[in-house]
Amino acid sequence: MIAEYFKRHAQTLVFTLGRLYQRPVATALTTLVIGITLALPAGLHLMVSNVNSVGYSWEGSLTASLFLADSVDDKAGQMLASDIRSRESVRGTSYISRQQALEEFRALSGFGEALDLLDHNPLPAVVVVRFKTNQSPDAINATVRGLSELPGVVEAKLDHQWLDRLFAILATVQRAAMIIAALLAIAVILTVGNTIRLDIENRKDEIVIMKLVGASDAFVRRPFLYTGFWYGFLGGIAALILLGIAVALMAGPAGHLAALYQSSFVIRGLGFSSSLGLLGIGVALGWFGAAWTVARHLGAIVPR
Amino acid sequence: MGDIVYLHRVAKRYPGGHDALSDVTLTLEQGEMAFLTGHSGAGKSTLLKLIALIERPTRGQVVINNQNISKVRRSQVARFRRNVGVIFQNFNLLNDRTVFDNVALPLVIRGETRDTIARRVRAALDTVGLLDKERQYPIVLSGGEQQRVGIARAIVAKPPLILADEPTGNLDPELSAEIMDLFQRFNEVGVSLLIATHDVELIRSLPYREIQLKGGHIADRAAAAPYETPQ
Ligand SMILES: Nc1ncnc2c1ncn2[C@@H]1O[C@H](COP(=O)(O)OP(=O)(O)O)[C@@H](O)[C@H]1O
Ligand SMILES: [Mg+2]
Repeated sequence: MIAEYFKRHAQTLVFTLGRLYQRPVATALTTLVIGITLALPAGLHLMVSNVNSVGYSWEGSLTASLFLADSVDDKAGQMLASDIRSRESVRGTSYISRQQALEEFRALSGFGEALDLLDHNPLPAVVVVRFKTNQSPDAINATVRGLSELPGVVEAKLDHQWLDRLFAILATVQRAAMIIAALLAIAVILTVGNTIRLDIENRKDEIVIMKLVGASDAFVRRPFLYTGFWYGFLGGIAALILLGIAVALMAGPAGHLAALYQSSFVIRGLGFSSSLGLLGIGVALGWFGAAWTVARHLGAIVPR
Repeated sequence: MGDIVYLHRVAKRYPGGHDALSDVTLTLEQGEMAFLTGHSGAGKSTLLKLIALIERPTRGQVVINNQNISKVRRSQVARFRRNVGVIFQNFNLLNDRTVFDNVALPLVIRGETRDTIARRVRAALDTVGLLDKERQYPIVLSGGEQQRVGIARAIVAKPPLILADEPTGNLDPELSAEIMDLFQRFNEVGVSLLIATHDVELIRSLPYREIQLKGGHIADRAAAAPYETPQ
């Protein structure tokens, strides 16, 4: 009895797929529309998470600059640098003497002649500290605060402002993506709903006949619900294919960009569980769109 | 009780105020076959629709198989209809399904198993002489054949009552006689039938009761019940 029940549902499932297959162009168009609608927010999400991971991988190469007091001579400065280098969280340090700093500035800024007018070197000596990867921003901040309190250190500055900004931008984009996703979910529901509504309109006679020979509402409803299921499922597959193509197109340029920054970053696709999730969302939206339309339109079709 | 159909003082007013039936009282016995006659517009279709629960009466009682249909809720209508096989003048077949699938519909709706469906559909098609047409689509069949598909669909689930609304309305006399033959055979195995027709020629020679409608009334009250004697 239970087996019969499942068999009947499986039959309806196959039957409705067959009906969609009989109208390949219409089905393909609807599927594509749903696929694009699903792929847009999923693609945005993918982009944000990829840029996020780039951000985190760059956070590993964070540096801090320790500006030293003029009273600290080169020898003491180099000692300080090697002291800090031996710390657990530090990957490396380099000491830039006041003289080196001046030469570097001269070379880079083009203000060489202006500096010659000064009677003493205005630039401080600097210890550049590079941190190890796998540390939270908070831990690094704490370390930098500790370094700033070392004797001879006037100021410690973490060069991470741009990363903070990047993450803030990403959080904003993420929020926008959620809003867009919600709107596009409604768009999927409306697309499926409208397609099913036309289907119901076209099958009016058939529905009347079914009801005349004693079909229950549930029986009449079932093929439309499964049609909604198929639209959601096929649309989800289309979205996954579109995303796959997009990732493949992005992989080359992204890899090149990463290479320029000496990063081993590789663009990532949705992954298995997220792909299943997208399919599930597609199916749920398709089913809901169909159920909603069927509830609104099927009751009005009665034999006369 | 011995009545499969019992109408008591039934009236039907359509929205818009047209009285299709007024004060109709009639019975159809269990296992009886009767004709419902009258001119076009007399109310024959309306009467059958009340029995099949396609329309609801404005007044009066309709009792089918000892069940008062005013007590049948909307959600139970589908289940109720399965006890009544209806044959339509315009066949009402699904043109995108094969003859087999059309006839199978009432059984599919009931959730019968594949084997049961196949067996009973073939039996019904055999009865109406269309066993060799099961893979065809209705559109390629003649009018007489399409009507026989409709009849096979009406009998396939073995309902105790069959209603036919002008089943021979679109057929020539010879085919019409064949259809009547079929109905008589069903009646011989105990099925009750109420057949609406305006073709008096066709039924003149047949030994069944005729219930005549005229402008929404029973024209001859004596014929309204099998054992009622004229007053
Ligand atoms: N759905 C309807 N709405 C309004 N009037 C109707 C409807 N169906 C039938 N009628 C009217 O009811 C009367 C009886 O119709 P009907 O039962 O179809 O008669 P018959 O089948 O004997 O020709 C006719 O005058 C017809 O116009
Ligand atoms: Mg009529």
